[in-house]
Amino acid sequence: MWSSLKRLYHKLGSPKWFYEISTRWSPWFLWLGSVLMLTGVVWGLAFAPADYMQGNSFRIIYIHVPASLLSQSAYIMMAVAGLVGLVWKMKMSFVVAKVIAPIGASLAIMSLLTGAIWGKPTWGTWWVWDARLTSMLILLFLYFGVIAIYNAIENEEMANKAAAILAIVGTINIPIIKYSVEWWNTLHQPATITMTKKPTMAPEMFIPLVLTIIGFYCWFAVWVFARTRNELLWRERRTKWVKNLLLIEAKDKGAV
Amino acid sequence: MFFDSFSSFLEMGKHGLYVWSCYGLAAVIVAMNFISPILTRKKVIKDIQRQNRREQN
Repeated sequence: MWSSLKRLYHKLGSPKWFYEISTRWSPWFLWLGSVLMLTGVVWGLAFAPADYMQGNSFRIIYIHVPASLLSQSAYIMMAVAGLVGLVWKMKMSFVVAKVIAPIGASLAIMSLLTGAIWGKPTWGTWWVWDARLTSMLILLFLYFGVIAIYNAIENEEMANKAAAILAIVGTINIPIIKYSVEWWNTLHQPATITMTKKPTMAPEMFIPLVLTIIGFYCWFAVWVFARTRNELLWRERRTKWVKNLLLIEAKDKGAV
Repeated sequence: MFFDSFSSFLEMGKHGLYVWSCYGLAAVIVAMNFISPILTRKKVIKDIQRQNRREQN
């Protein structure tokens, strides 16, 4: 059992292995994600009944909740990848951490903007310094900080370490976001989905939400894989496997 | 279908502006996340090939 774990560890650290596996899996994640998103969005927009109190504006939930969940999950993945890189000195891990940052930031922006737009008809305001909103904004700033570190520090090793440390330290923000609606009853309503109780929404409204959440996660995998492959191509450009890969690509395009 | 007509679907019971700007915004961000790595990949391959050619000379 330990030898297979050791083999997995070495595989995960191998850029060539990651490139090949991610190339094979990406189409599946793309199609699964697209089917789930299409079904979820069409169902949520056109077939789900309107909310008793909020009317049709509640349909924003099918974008807002997946973006919020995913921006937080992505942050945790980024922090874990940074930690693995620091502790096990795995360069692959640092590459994944670097690549997640802009994606996570775009999702945090999606969450904040759709949330603000949803808030206007629902609560009468675009923004309030409510605990959850503020901590989500801090999440976005943490993402910007990580991105800025990679852009600002020339030395790759130092940038990796500094970004990883920022990501790890910022992880404290995640439980704050999660429990903010329980600890402080200021504006944002409590969780609809919990691990313990039945959802407070009717199934015709709830199921499309599950579909769009999973669909977004699938698309997230496609985005992470694509960006990581680009990083690997550049970093490993002098290796035989990259040279062969590019040769095969050029031949396919009839350039050689 | 929850809506009786396409126009009521677009109106979203007077919340149309809010709902559609959210979905539009999401579509833009999703599109950027798909397109950006595709463009970057082309650039990376070109840069590598340029570097290879320079080193050959």
